[in-house]
Amino acid sequence: MIAKIHITFKDGVLDPQGKAVHHTLIDLGYNEVSEIQMGKYLELKMDGVSREEAENRVTEMCEKLFANTVIESYRFTLETAK
Amino acid sequence: MKCGVVVFPGSNCDHDCFHILKHVFKLDTEWIWHKGDVDLSRFDLIVLPGGYSYGDYLRAGAIAQFSSVMKEVVRFANSGRMVLGICNGFQVLVESGLLPGALIQNHTQKFVCKTVSIRVESVSTPFSCECVEKPVLEIPIAHHQGSYFIDSDGLDQLVDNQQIVFRYSGPGGEVTDQYNPNGSVDNIAGIVNKNKNVMGLMPHPERCADPAWPNLDGQLIFKSIIYSLQDGVSL
Repeated sequence: MIAKIHITFKDGVLDPQGKAVHHTLIDLGYNEVSEIQMGKYLELKMDGVSREEAENRVTEMCEKLFANTVIESYRFTLETAK
Repeated sequence: MKCGVVVFPGSNCDHDCFHILKHVFKLDTEWIWHKGDVDLSRFDLIVLPGGYSYGDYLRAGAIAQFSSVMKEVVRFANSGRMVLGICNGFQVLVESGLLPGALIQNHTQKFVCKTVSIRVESVSTPFSCECVEKPVLEIPIAHHQGSYFIDSDGLDQLVDNQQIVFRYSGPGGEVTDQYNPNGSVDNIAGIVNKNKNVMGLMPHPERCADPAWPNLDGQLIFKSIIYSLQDGVSL
């Protein structure tokens, strides 16, 4: 099973990096961009777990370690490893 | 009174803290390595120093919160004994849940290293009781992820419980955006937990507490702790 996890700041938390990148995009003429969310991406390979187990385990990992839920939210998808 | 200074891989202000406690204040002080069998029962004060514990990978303090020593520090703090987290130590304290909120990247995106003024917001904590005569301290900061964040409900609670100990200010104690070096919510520079036995702050009192240096404002924080522990001030 492969888990693909995205972690981004929650609404209302200042993301200075996203803001700086956004300013640069505007300078480059990409005026259609109204917002940027920068975050982290993790890919996990898990062995010997069912989809349901993987879902529970990854949620736990996100809550415990990958995301600080005071400031960050997370979402992930699960794929069967090829 | 026995002090312990925790050493994580990547701590780099541990020697400064140790020096101030052991050589300036002549306190019985020991190093505490982050792993292995950790027994904190003999200590009265644990200091989590600044630096980049575990390379600050993932988030500052995120990995450190799961170290063997932190499990014991949480137990130590929950038993009511004193824990001081400076800079990275503050980040470890919020990650481990001993203090509320979080510390994120400075709003300027830059590492900031300079001496700032901080206004003492409460002298009724064991970390600040000696600041009565000095309502504004000059203390160095040096961090990249020092912007304190907490949601508005959390902030209300901090205010209601008088948990905010220091706010970034001007030299006359003016708390304004102009004197906020990192974008912290409400200019917060240091807080205590509800029980007031755990404090985290971004400024470095250990960098201005040696008499070889003209600025000794940091001593007031250490003197507060010593006074509270040695004179048995109830927390």
